[in-house]
Amino acid sequence: MGQVVRPEPKNAARHVTMQARGDELVLTLGDLWRASTLGVLEPELAALEFATFRRLHIDARQIVPDLAGAWVLRELERRARAAGLEVSYELSRPATLALIDATLADTVDTPSSSPVEPDATSAIRGIGRGVFTMLDHWHRGLAFLGEISRRFGRGIFDRRTWHPISVTRHVHDTGIKAIPIVALIAFLISVIIAYMGAQQLRKFGADIFVVDLVTVGVLREMGVLLTAIIVAGRSGSAFAAEIGAMNLNEEIDALRATGVQPVEVLVLPRCLGLVIALPLLTVIADAVGILGGALLCHVLLDMPLVQYFQRVDESIGDWTFWVGIIKAPVFALLIAIAGTYRGMQVRGSSRELGRLTTVAVVQAIFLVILADALFAVLFMEIDI
Amino acid sequence: MAAVEVNAVEARGIVNRFGTQLVHDQLDLTVQVGEVFGIVGGSGSGKSVLLRTVLGLHRPNAGEVRMFGTELTHLDDRELRALKAGYGVTFQAGALFSSLTVLQNVQLPMLEHLTLSPHALDELAHLKLRLVGLPADAAQKYPAQLSGGMIKRAALARALALDPTLLFLDEPTAGLDPISAAAIDELLLRLRAELGLTIVMITHDLDTIFRNCFRVGVIVDRKLVSDTLDKIVDHPHPWIQSYFHGDRARRFGVHHGT
Repeated sequence: MGQVVRPEPKNAARHVTMQARGDELVLTLGDLWRASTLGVLEPELAALEFATFRRLHIDARQIVPDLAGAWVLRELERRARAAGLEVSYELSRPATLALIDATLADTVDTPSSSPVEPDATSAIRGIGRGVFTMLDHWHRGLAFLGEISRRFGRGIFDRRTWHPISVTRHVHDTGIKAIPIVALIAFLISVIIAYMGAQQLRKFGADIFVVDLVTVGVLREMGVLLTAIIVAGRSGSAFAAEIGAMNLNEEIDALRATGVQPVEVLVLPRCLGLVIALPLLTVIADAVGILGGALLCHVLLDMPLVQYFQRVDESIGDWTFWVGIIKAPVFALLIAIAGTYRGMQVRGSSRELGRLTTVAVVQAIFLVILADALFAVLFMEIDI
Repeated sequence: MAAVEVNAVEARGIVNRFGTQLVHDQLDLTVQVGEVFGIVGGSGSGKSVLLRTVLGLHRPNAGEVRMFGTELTHLDDRELRALKAGYGVTFQAGALFSSLTVLQNVQLPMLEHLTLSPHALDELAHLKLRLVGLPADAAQKYPAQLSGGMIKRAALARALALDPTLLFLDEPTAGLDPISAAAIDELLLRLRAELGLTIVMITHDLDTIFRNCFRVGVIVDRKLVSDTLDKIVDHPHPWIQSYFHGDRARRFGVHHGT
């Protein structure tokens, strides 16, 4: 029995020895008839020709086939019978073949998995189905948003709805822990803006406007947008994966069965936590961005720091800072909802978990940029 | 079985330690070729760790494990891979790959270890599924769509994919109703008889032990006490006594020894 463990010899002796005896073909089987030798066995048997024979006699006394080996032998039998040969054995047929016969006796037919033939209308039907699936997704997404609002609105004066401990944890995980990366990215981006601006504006001798460029660019747009995109990648994926894994583990069902609404304990705290954390992160990104601009202006344009900050002060309008910061809670809500909603959708397999986590991040970033565009139009209309 | 001197599994002086917690201390395990060996022990006594050690998934702090005479604690990756093609294993929760259909689950080890024509691959996988008693329509289902009993069967079919001579089963009947459990037991006995398998199973199910096992090993005090089934029930150790002679055991008519 031990031979399965050891690697099989590469150049094994022949599994089949042929001998013609009039119209009878005699096969003497030898060596290993096992799953591990099937790669050699199958082609060797496929090469056998039955055409000129009437009877097939098999001597299987030397082999102890396992299931795979017996199956190959049974296939050989079938092929011989199909070619009109009579099959007989020296002494007896190996017992394993009988086991396969018994196992497959009540098999009707292995279900054919032939794909449906594509026809002319299938492309159109595919598009139609896609549209309806998309509409359905939007509908469900809105319903999810509705449920969150309803749960929050109903218990807004109840301290328990706010889940202070849970919210604090999420502010810590999504906010405080994200400070280093957000600060680093804000710094680098403002350096890039300042550098690019300086190169162009220097041609007109308008170096000083680099400061306006950095200040307005970072405060109004870049600070909040980049922070939101980083948070979407960090926390949107974490929300989806966390809740998705809980779903696979039946933890969500366990919550429901305990009479606890998953939306209340899993979704709301994450939304609230992120709505608190993202504006704070944005403030940090704004500050670091302006400092990054200061560093570059000082080093590259020899601008005294006092002059830089004076100019910053002049270029900031009444609304410059607030236009950026107002957007943060909205972005936070979009990211949190995309993440938690996709997490709640995970069903069945680990592949779904990966797929929906990806979808959550891509959708969160898309929604953030879409919302930013809408804000831009809105702010232009109301002239701030 | 033929008189083969070498044992299917032989573990000597196994020591497993996690931090300060000593799980196994100089534990010995012998499984003879062709037998059904049951491993029993209280929760947290290290049954699964022992199984993982024997499978080569966990390296013990001390001791050696031989499978059909091959010492496996110092094998390199390639040798270990060849060894792993020689045994089949099922895990407690099935551990079917959730993104593959049942059929693909059974085919995965075949694709990894064997050279097969697509026809043989399909037919052999279907054969294994039929052998463990799964209906034909289960082949195209995903694990999430299966019932507990079907998952156990599918896991067994995957364990049998490479026609191993040695089968390790971690709680093959846990969580099943008595009728499904009995069906699995019957299936295992049939496979053992017709394919000459050696089976090592971890189980808590007294029914399964009394129906299947030739010999039983009980993990007590970080060691394995093993003997034939009719002798082990009379072992004086208090845990073994209460295990085999507790209320749950009474209905099997086990009598107090000595």
